[in-house]
Amino acid sequence: MTTLEIKQAVKRYPNGALAVKGVDVTVEEGELVVFVGPSGCGKSTLLRMVAGLESVTEGEIVLDGRLVNDIEPAHRNIAMVFQNYALYPHMTVYKNLAYGLKNRGTPKAEIDTKVREAAKLLQIGDYLERKPSQLSGGQRQRVAMGRAIVRDPAIFLFDEPLSNLDAKLRNQMRLEIKRLQRRLETAAIYVTHDQVEAMTLADRIVVLNNGEIEQIGTPAEVYGAPASTFVASFIGAPPMNLLEAQTGDGAIVIGDTHIQAPVRANGPVTLGIRPERAHLADGSGAAAGPPMQVDTVEELGAVRLIHGSVGGQHFTANQSADEPIPGDHVRLRLQPDDLHLFDHDTGRRL
Amino acid sequence: MSQDQIAVTGKPAVPAATSASAASAGFGAFVRRNQIVEHIVLLLGVLLMMGPIAVAFTTSTHDPVTIHSEGMQLGFGNNFLPTYEAVIFEQTGFTKQVTGWGMSLNSLILGLGFAIGKIIVSMLAAYAIVYFRFPLGTLCFWIIFSTLLLPLEVRILPSYEVVQGLGLLNSYTGLILPLIASATGTFFFRQFFKSVPNELLEAARIDGAGPFRFFWDILVPLSRTMIAAIFIIMFVVGWNQYLWPILMTTDESFYTVVRGIRQILQVWIGADIPAYNEALGLAIIAMIPPVLIVIIFQRMFIKGLVESEK
Ligand SMILES: Nc1ncnc2c1ncn2[C@@H]1O[C@H](COP(=O)(O)OP(=O)(O)OP(=O)(O)O)[C@@H](O)[C@H]1O
Ligand SMILES: [Mg+2]
Repeated sequence: MTTLEIKQAVKRYPNGALAVKGVDVTVEEGELVVFVGPSGCGKSTLLRMVAGLESVTEGEIVLDGRLVNDIEPAHRNIAMVFQNYALYPHMTVYKNLAYGLKNRGTPKAEIDTKVREAAKLLQIGDYLERKPSQLSGGQRQRVAMGRAIVRDPAIFLFDEPLSNLDAKLRNQMRLEIKRLQRRLETAAIYVTHDQVEAMTLADRIVVLNNGEIEQIGTPAEVYGAPASTFVASFIGAPPMNLLEAQTGDGAIVIGDTHIQAPVRANGPVTLGIRPERAHLADGSGAAAGPPMQVDTVEELGAVRLIHGSVGGQHFTANQSADEPIPGDHVRLRLQPDDLHLFDHDTGRRL
Repeated sequence: MSQDQIAVTGKPAVPAATSASAASAGFGAFVRRNQIVEHIVLLLGVLLMMGPIAVAFTTSTHDPVTIHSEGMQLGFGNNFLPTYEAVIFEQTGFTKQVTGWGMSLNSLILGLGFAIGKIIVSMLAAYAIVYFRFPLGTLCFWIIFSTLLLPLEVRILPSYEVVQGLGLLNSYTGLILPLIASATGTFFFRQFFKSVPNELLEAARIDGAGPFRFFWDILVPLSRTMIAAIFIIMFVVGWNQYLWPILMTTDESFYTVVRGIRQILQVWIGADIPAYNEALGLAIIAMIPPVLIVIIFQRMFIKGLVESEK
């Protein structure tokens, strides 16, 4: 069943800024959808339109089969977790969790059961009588999630909930959010600009750019078959190599080398190659691939990044630390399946 | 408790420096000498502030004749009880209707009404200005703000006219109501509300808090320290009002302490030696409530600063 449908949503701010330009997204029951994109692409705006914190200029937001465009946030059956937690500083953890229920007129005994249940789930039971200022960042984050859980919403909305935590805690909380969401089987939208978070959390990723959707797909689809050069360079670290190349007669020409093209194309294209799919062969051999001039080698422990140039354009390859360090001149061994071709002008996948 | 915290956090440098002095005795001596200088400066400050009050108190325990002939007294006299009994309980004024006690009550009503009224009105005004989009909202704020340029003394005649027209002369309402609009308070609360993170409002909206609940459940508790600060200032200002009560009240039963002090000196002029001791005694009594208010609310004020919840 579909939990949320965003249909042709447009957001124009009063100052005329067009932040969301006609976006269609659906979120299925129990699904975790991640909105990812660079700063200012409109992810938060879209999320806040779902929450009811921003008005919808055009289009429809349908939640559980009900059009909610003009419904107050409190009556939308959503719960939101904010980037800086937005806990009420003067209330204890218990009261923070209970406040929404109290306003709904839930009986005291029921509030107590729900708060204690959520606290147990999030392991914050020992802090119920503390104020937020007496908690660590991770604990505050848990309280913020607890406040969302007690509402028992149709959908959770997360706006960069982990960006105030340090790297280690972020990884841990990321896992926890995922487990929690699986366990509660509640749909969720998670906004982030961190592509690692997006890849690890998402059932489906929505890549946004400049108020428009670049691609919607599972992490594997978005990574394996990026729909545009934008997605290709945004998802994956280090990003996909993008080379300007010529095509003709079923072959791609880079410098003096011809490689078999994966799809039919003619004229100038952008060729995309993931760093880990560019295998290096000794430069002296007669291997068929294009030559690469190596200038820097970065050791990352398990893997090694080889920076250099191919046909005069910057190129990064990725190899296991077990392999020998290459010399200055190497050749690339490429499989046709690992090549991505994009239209030279529009950047769309061919 | 909170004062201890201040003492601890207030001078972290000193224990650190003292432990460092194990390594270099010269530095330790320097710190100690510095502390002595600091204390001398502080003592001078205390003397400057408290000296006149102490002298006023000791002088008030002498009889008027001594004061009149010998001036201010540094030592205690033996007139303490009679003076203060007279000041607090004796009927004074032309009509012999008011006592020091009654005047203190009037001042208290004025001070409290003034402070509480100003806080309520300015919080509501600031709430409207910061959180509600209404036409000409900003203009409204600047109009309120510009009234700072028109203090009471400038508009005292029209104010009198209005109060008189409403038939509110010689009433507490007439004393308090016209003064409770406060540009200063509105300005401070506006600045404070603007510093409250917007996400708090959004979280409250999702939690189903309407405008009234948000104000009462979230903003008011968050503003506690602001309220305490403004309460201190406004109470003292209200307590010390002089010109306005003189105009608004002719009935002696509405006299405030500040007026009473002057009254004591005035009544006997020409006929007798003014009761200097009683005037000074009343001045001392007049000082007590504002001092108490400052002490009580300052604790809360400092606690808020230390906890820094926002
Ligand atoms: N209240 C507003 N008024 C006018 N323009 C706004 C407002 N809020 C956001 N915008 C604009 O809308 C665009 C999208 O903003 P949004 O906050 O959705 O970006 P974002 O994708 O969440 O970015 P970030 O990753 O930095 O949070 C931006 O260009 C921003 O300048
Ligand atoms: Mg954002």
